[in-house]
Amino acid sequence: MSFRDRLLGRDRRSAQTARKRLQLVLIHDRAGISPGKLDALKDDLIAAISRHVEIDASNVHVSLRSERDKQRLVADIPLATSRARRRELG
Amino acid sequence: MTAKVVTITSGKGGVGKTTATANIGVALASLGHPAVCIDADIGLRNLDVIMGLENRIVYDLVDVVEGRCKLRQSMIKDKRVPDLYLIPAAQARDKTSVSPQDMIRLCDELRSHCEWILIDSPAGIERGFRNAIAPADLVLIITNPEVSAVRDADRIIGLIEAEGKGPGQLIINRLKPEMVKKGDMLGEEDILDVLAIELIGLVPEDDAVITASNQGNPVALNASSSAGNAFRDIARRLNGEEVPFEPLYDQQGFLKRISRLVRSGGDR
Repeated sequence: MSFRDRLLGRDRRSAQTARKRLQLVLIHDRAGISPGKLDALKDDLIAAISRHVEIDASNVHVSLRSERDKQRLVADIPLATSRARRRELG
Repeated sequence: MTAKVVTITSGKGGVGKTTATANIGVALASLGHPAVCIDADIGLRNLDVIMGLENRIVYDLVDVVEGRCKLRQSMIKDKRVPDLYLIPAAQARDKTSVSPQDMIRLCDELRSHCEWILIDSPAGIERGFRNAIAPADLVLIITNPEVSAVRDADRIIGLIEAEGKGPGQLIINRLKPEMVKKGDMLGEEDILDVLAIELIGLVPEDDAVITASNQGNPVALNASSSAGNAFRDIARRLNGEEVPFEPLYDQQGFLKRISRLVRSGGDR
């Protein structure tokens, strides 16, 4: 690893990878929701909300967030903008 | 004497439960605190071999529970350290030969004979684990600086809390200071950060552990071994002594700190 790489923060040592993988796996373990289950939940969520309001389904993000001893299910659901809707209709 | 019951467990196999049990037992007894080590890994007993007492087994845990011998008869006295005993597991039986209630009853009977009762838990989260934690006053969770072992430790910590046996304390075993320093191994801060549990021991990787197990001479008896030293420190902390954690390696180098700052956009 060169000095330049280090200075630019390009050193991605394996411990850092381990840290990230560990954090992710623990978030899913603690919530008891596997990544596959989360995908299914996202699809259901899209279907349910779409019945009431038009949403930008391709940009829906559903994720688990972990704080000290609370797990949170975070859904970011952008509504379809009027411009996008107009484009669809046009 | 009213003994405190300490169960050593991990979830994942092969992280050092048996080695830790033997060495903490040896260290406690060497410090003058009578200790009894119980091998709760019925069917896969090994604590006897690590302690070098395998040739002296007459009766085992299941014999006591089923009434074939007195508790005292199943306690094998250590050859080197006074006031250290082993109650071995049965080899030809399985985990269902003993119940959690049996373990509680046995430990209650033992409490007046010593200051410390150390239980070597089997791997896993099934019956053997339940047996091992049932009588515990304190649970020590042991892990290695690897993703799989830390993940299992997290699961065990949750189960222990659900059983009302928490909060446990953590032993990180087989740390390689050089690798941590290079950024190629999870360090204690990384692990404590995700597990949010109190640390009681940091045990470095040490070849002397292997030679010790070859000879059946627990490494805590070896005054020049770094792992032995770490196990002796754990014993002293159990006794309420304030023992600072020896820095196993230098803190982060200057360059690394800079690169981290740059990478995170300066927000830490």
